[in-house]
Amino acid sequence: MAKQRISGKKIRVLPGFKLTLGFTLFYLGLIVLIPLGAVFWKATSLTWADFWHTVTMPTAMASYRLTFGASFFAALVNVVFGLVVAWVLVRYEFFGKRIVDALVDLPFALPTAVAGITLATLYSQNGWIGKLLLPLGLKVANTQLGVFIALTFIGLPFIVRTVQPILEDLDPELEEAASSLGANRWQVFSRVILPMLTPALLTGFALAFARALGEYGSVIFIAGNIPMKTQITPVIIMGELDMFDYGKATAIAVVMLVFSFALLLTINVLQWWTNRYNTHNLA
Amino acid sequence: MTPAATTFHTPHPVVHRRTTGEPPLVRRALIGVALVFLSLFLFLPLVFVFTQAFAKGIGFYFETLRDPNAWSAIKLTFTAAVIAVPLNCVFGVAAAWAIAKFDFRGKNILLTLIDLPFSVSPVIAGLIYVLVFGAQGWLGLYLNADHPKFPWLANWLNEENFKIIFAVPGIVLATIFVTFPFVARELIPLMQAQGRSEEEAARVLGASGWQTFWRVTLPNIKWGLIYGVILCNARAMGEFGAVAVVSGRIRGQTNTMPLHIEALYDDYNFAGAFAVASLLALLALVTLGLKTWVEHQNARLNRDAEIIAA
Repeated sequence: MAKQRISGKKIRVLPGFKLTLGFTLFYLGLIVLIPLGAVFWKATSLTWADFWHTVTMPTAMASYRLTFGASFFAALVNVVFGLVVAWVLVRYEFFGKRIVDALVDLPFALPTAVAGITLATLYSQNGWIGKLLLPLGLKVANTQLGVFIALTFIGLPFIVRTVQPILEDLDPELEEAASSLGANRWQVFSRVILPMLTPALLTGFALAFARALGEYGSVIFIAGNIPMKTQITPVIIMGELDMFDYGKATAIAVVMLVFSFALLLTINVLQWWTNRYNTHNLA
Repeated sequence: MTPAATTFHTPHPVVHRRTTGEPPLVRRALIGVALVFLSLFLFLPLVFVFTQAFAKGIGFYFETLRDPNAWSAIKLTFTAAVIAVPLNCVFGVAAAWAIAKFDFRGKNILLTLIDLPFSVSPVIAGLIYVLVFGAQGWLGLYLNADHPKFPWLANWLNEENFKIIFAVPGIVLATIFVTFPFVARELIPLMQAQGRSEEEAARVLGASGWQTFWRVTLPNIKWGLIYGVILCNARAMGEFGAVAVVSGRIRGQTNTMPLHIEALYDDYNFAGAFAVASLLALLALVTLGLKTWVEHQNARLNRDAEIIAA
């Protein structure tokens, strides 16, 4: 303990508490809290009617539907494939595994603008993948499907990297017990392993979903940003900013921030739940 | 948002028991599904960037990069990273020291607030600085040349032609915001796990505060710090949305590399856009390589520590 009681007075052995906490709070306030406060300060300059009118205008409503819908389905697809990838990386040996493991983080490391133009070109009608999908009647570039593809790309590492450590720490004895009691492999997976992975999968889902909601760079190129059709909410904000209508931009930003903060709260609860199952953390 | 996903975790060796494995067919099928999915979504785009970058030949590639606007974008990207990364580094170390080595009330709230920038859309990250420093913004109002509340400051800033929004300072601020939590969130759990007994021993043996930090704490957190810096730098150089809002996209002046890529792409100069993109893709590959190497180093360190402990 840094605090010791000697003759009734608190003495800290380690120095620098006031300095470091002071600097932390100062920097946090300057960079994050005061600027974020500016959004709510600006929002109070709008009347309630103006605010409501802006956040419920048809283009905004269409953008919420697209942003939430595409983010939801992209995160859902990633839960399935992310689990398979994490499973394969933890449980099996195969050629090139270490490179594949490192590559999973590519969406974190690759700048979103690069991902954006790459996906847009790959999935365009003349692109390597777009060309193959066209005969099937699937158009990706400039459609809502494109938004979904970009958000799937962005979200993949969240699921893999949340599930992977939990999977690594699972006690093999539980599986052995189940199988020696007569459960087949599928029963062991669905009744023993999956329930223990559920908190991690939910956390990963929430993280991928939250990231997808705010995503901008990787989406705008492939989406084509057609009003009422393929405009995500950040694009609506950007559009208002380009017209110097800061009031409208702020109103929509407030809606997004409220959802983001609610999600952040959910994620904190989920992570606490996940860590209960992380036997490594308990040890 | 990047929470748990990039947290420094050391892989644990798992002992495989054959009795609870899947049949070979299932195993191969699962590996197949994973590899097909990853090649389609990750490997193919990566290869594609480089093939497109050289689509018009190596001459065009270097011509694009030698262009003054491209060069200015590269310099600006580095400038922003060189300012943002060290600042967030100092913040990360300070925050981790306060949070990990001391007990105080409201620690959990502070931890949540530090993570806040991850849950804010990049576009909103840019917007907030426009609202503070823009012409009609919070502080902008005070500096407005027509009705200044601090005329001397406004005059001086006008004389110096100092601007924050649609200029370099805004870009630096937005970059600091989006990379704010990276170093702190690596160091806090690491320093919490390490406890404070080593530092206390150093102090009791007569080391000063700074000596304790440089000789005891810093060597202990070295790999976590490097890890945080690598991730912070990658994001700082690659940030697009937040910077797009505050930059004003003036070519040759306030365009960073990602913004220059967008400009070239919008001009239908696809080979040019991918040429600049290839530099950032290279940065991403170096980042992934370094990250894997640091994880490896740290795993080795932990193994050694376990052997010594046993």
